[in-house]
Amino acid sequence: MSQPPMREGQVERRIVELSKERRHAKGRGRRRQERTALKGEGILMASDVQAAAPTGVVLSVRDLSVSLPEGMERAYAVENISFDLKRGQILCIIGESGSGKSVTANAIMGLLPKAIRVSSGAIHLDGTNIVGLSPDKLRSLRGRVVSMIFQDPLSALNPLMTVGAQIEEVMAAHDVGTPASRRSRAIDLLTEVGLPDPPLMYHQYPFRLSGGQRQRVMIAMALALEPAILIADEPTTALDVTTQAQILQLIRDIQRRKGMSVMFITHDFGVVAEIADYVVVMEKGHCVEQGSAEQVLKSPSHLYTRRLIAAVPHLTGKDRIPREASDRASVLKAEGLVKTYRSGSALFGTQRIVPAVNGVSFDITSGRTLGVVGESGSGKSSLGRLLIKLMECDSGSILFEGRDIAGLSEAEFRPLRPKIQMIFQDPFASLNPRSTVGHILTVGPVAHGMHYSEAAERARELLSHVGLDAGAFDRYPHEFSGGQRQRIGIARALMFKPRLLIADEAVSALDVSIQAQILKLLDQIQRETGVSMIFITHDLRVASQICDEIAVMHRGQIVECGPPSQIFLDPKSSYTRELVAAIPGEQPASTPEHADFGPHHNRGETL
Amino acid sequence: MTTIVAYAAPTRWWHSRAVHRFLRHHLALAGIAMISLLVLACIVGPYALPYDMLYIDLRARFASPLSGHHYLGTDPLGRDLAARLLMAGRVSLLVGFSAMLLSTLIGTLVGVTAGYRGGWVGAALMRTVDGFLSYPSIFLVLALAATLRPSPAMITVIIAVTSWMETARIVEAEVRSLREREFVQAARMVGLSRSHIMFREVLPNAIGPIIVAASLAVARAILLEAYISFLGYGIQPPLPSWGNMLNGAQQYLASAPWLAIVPGAAITIAVTSFNFIGDGLRDALDVRDDHT
Repeated sequence: MSQPPMREGQVERRIVELSKERRHAKGRGRRRQERTALKGEGILMASDVQAAAPTGVVLSVRDLSVSLPEGMERAYAVENISFDLKRGQILCIIGESGSGKSVTANAIMGLLPKAIRVSSGAIHLDGTNIVGLSPDKLRSLRGRVVSMIFQDPLSALNPLMTVGAQIEEVMAAHDVGTPASRRSRAIDLLTEVGLPDPPLMYHQYPFRLSGGQRQRVMIAMALALEPAILIADEPTTALDVTTQAQILQLIRDIQRRKGMSVMFITHDFGVVAEIADYVVVMEKGHCVEQGSAEQVLKSPSHLYTRRLIAAVPHLTGKDRIPREASDRASVLKAEGLVKTYRSGSALFGTQRIVPAVNGVSFDITSGRTLGVVGESGSGKSSLGRLLIKLMECDSGSILFEGRDIAGLSEAEFRPLRPKIQMIFQDPFASLNPRSTVGHILTVGPVAHGMHYSEAAERARELLSHVGLDAGAFDRYPHEFSGGQRQRIGIARALMFKPRLLIADEAVSALDVSIQAQILKLLDQIQRETGVSMIFITHDLRVASQICDEIAVMHRGQIVECGPPSQIFLDPKSSYTRELVAAIPGEQPASTPEHADFGPHHNRGETL
Repeated sequence: MTTIVAYAAPTRWWHSRAVHRFLRHHLALAGIAMISLLVLACIVGPYALPYDMLYIDLRARFASPLSGHHYLGTDPLGRDLAARLLMAGRVSLLVGFSAMLLSTLIGTLVGVTAGYRGGWVGAALMRTVDGFLSYPSIFLVLALAATLRPSPAMITVIIAVTSWMETARIVEAEVRSLREREFVQAARMVGLSRSHIMFREVLPNAIGPIIVAASLAVARAILLEAYISFLGYGIQPPLPSWGNMLNGAQQYLASAPWLAIVPGAAITIAVTSFNFIGDGLRDALDVRDDHT
């Protein structure tokens, strides 16, 4: 590992770290190396650096280790991590799933589950070490000095309390103000987080609000006691891209206005680029790199950071190089598809009618990929389900290889099923946990009359083709990671040699580095087999990587359809423009050079 | 293409968290031990005891427990109570187990069909379940037992047809939530038939609650059999069952209390053991506990 040249500030920080570390006497091999490296550079270490928290540092984490109970895959959730959050800064902690970033946040909040505990290290909040503090003292700090917002605002808010009551509860719990002052403060807060009509909002229940509004309420609750530090644990991950942009803007605004310090946890480098002042990169419980946002994003020094940044999908702004195909026969042509959801009872007048897909038409030719992009509720997933006839459409026609399949009954359509296959979103829910991988792959073909031994042979072949060991055949899905499961899902869809693959958010649940691998695999499969693909996603960046053409859906309709270059660089509809503008961390004009999958993806790393 | 091999360590069912949780449940383990002992005693016991259950020893009528060779005493006809208790155990446990199997089978079939099909089929089936449930089951059992010839097989059937509804409800709820999972849609996508999806893909995932319901159903079936036999509509003497032994003991309650205490204790032990096992299984198989 090559050490980058250190700048002055960094050296200072290192000294502080190292002297602290010496006190805790937890010399690890790598650290010791660094220490000798420092000595080699001729820097004298202060024997006793008293100023553990230099002025301007509100939160200082030193050599924090959190141990996991026995029998977990590793002994520590986080091991020996140190970082500082300066006053008035936004610190981003970035890492993939299982990197320990949420555990770090919960340790700071004193909210770790009983089974895992801080085994060593210190967390200084405004100068006081909170490790080992009594629950009462911790509780008085929470909300007042440091507060937190969560990923899923719906489950973080109490469904049975009005928004206003929940904000007041925070103040009441800390004996702040009188009922009247709390009430006016709550309305002020609702105004501050940009909710429309605060006095009305005050009386609303969480279920009445949209996801973005709920997150705003969470932020208002977190701000109620004017904490010095706000911890945001993936606060925008569950939100649509346009809402995400608004929430990021709000957090940034509030942070500037109040001079608050924010610790922002995310897995998305786009978000980091958008708001971070300082970045800590975590991998498997270790802090692998930290530095200013500029430095980490522009010239990452650690291999892992470089890999992560390389794996982040970018808007290419370029079109995909088309396969040299002889025929451009139409594979599927949808015309005027309509699907309306009805709930409640028409009899009692309680019926709710939601048009999910409203007059959608498109055409897809062989060997091409059509991206269907839209926010949640745009009807893109319903469209996918209609095409594969997991749901019946109300009207319209689906011409598959010239034959209208829209009106076919399940029995009539069954012989055609092998030709249209789907890759599902959730790699954990889409494989039957009680079946072996071999069974999952072969059961379909066997039901269609293929001999078991032939199906098994093809399954083994495909498993190695999608990058899994043939030994996977006899294993159960729970023995695989998310990325590996998605590969199994892809193998299942390929068992029949389909003409059309529908990928419904096929990479949304995966970490970026694995996302890149799966996209590459899909691309490779298409080039080999000439299968047509409908790629449904909410992520424009991902769509731009793999699609020949992109259809933007909004409220059940296709508002715009065209090649990626046109969609991203010259969007015609205002909605598309809004979507493109909301993508965190980049502008289409400043797109990096790699339009296709560059050599940096060919790593064959383990998932 | 590089091959990627990084599986989690191979796991077998006995390493699973559910088994660990079950093994930590002391009452459930005690239940398992008691039931095993009871079953073993009922199978081997009658051969090991010095007296046959039908051997009448008029000189030793009303012998109290631990007198001479009659370990648990004798009944009004001088028959060995221990031998009768174990033979009765064979009948009662067998009726309990078979009734459980039959009621679980009916309940599962109805539950899976109603849960997966939904719509009017599901509604019709579940309203039938509601109908059965709204009728006091003891009364139903007695009415059936009074009109039909009470052989052990018939008693089994009667108990089963009056106690399958709970299983049906549990399975229906489970299947209804499983139906929405993506793997079921994937099964439809690859073109599997409806019955294949229902019984081969969905049902194995609902096995946990079914096992729990079944273990509690055994306890209930044993109890029901005891009720009917106690009231004289169930297993008919001379074939002994725990229930009709109690029936016979009624009139000697004051003079020979062991006649009632011994079969009563057997019923209590069997029923509480099965309930403990059921509780243990429920705690062990409850996936919601996985997160805490």
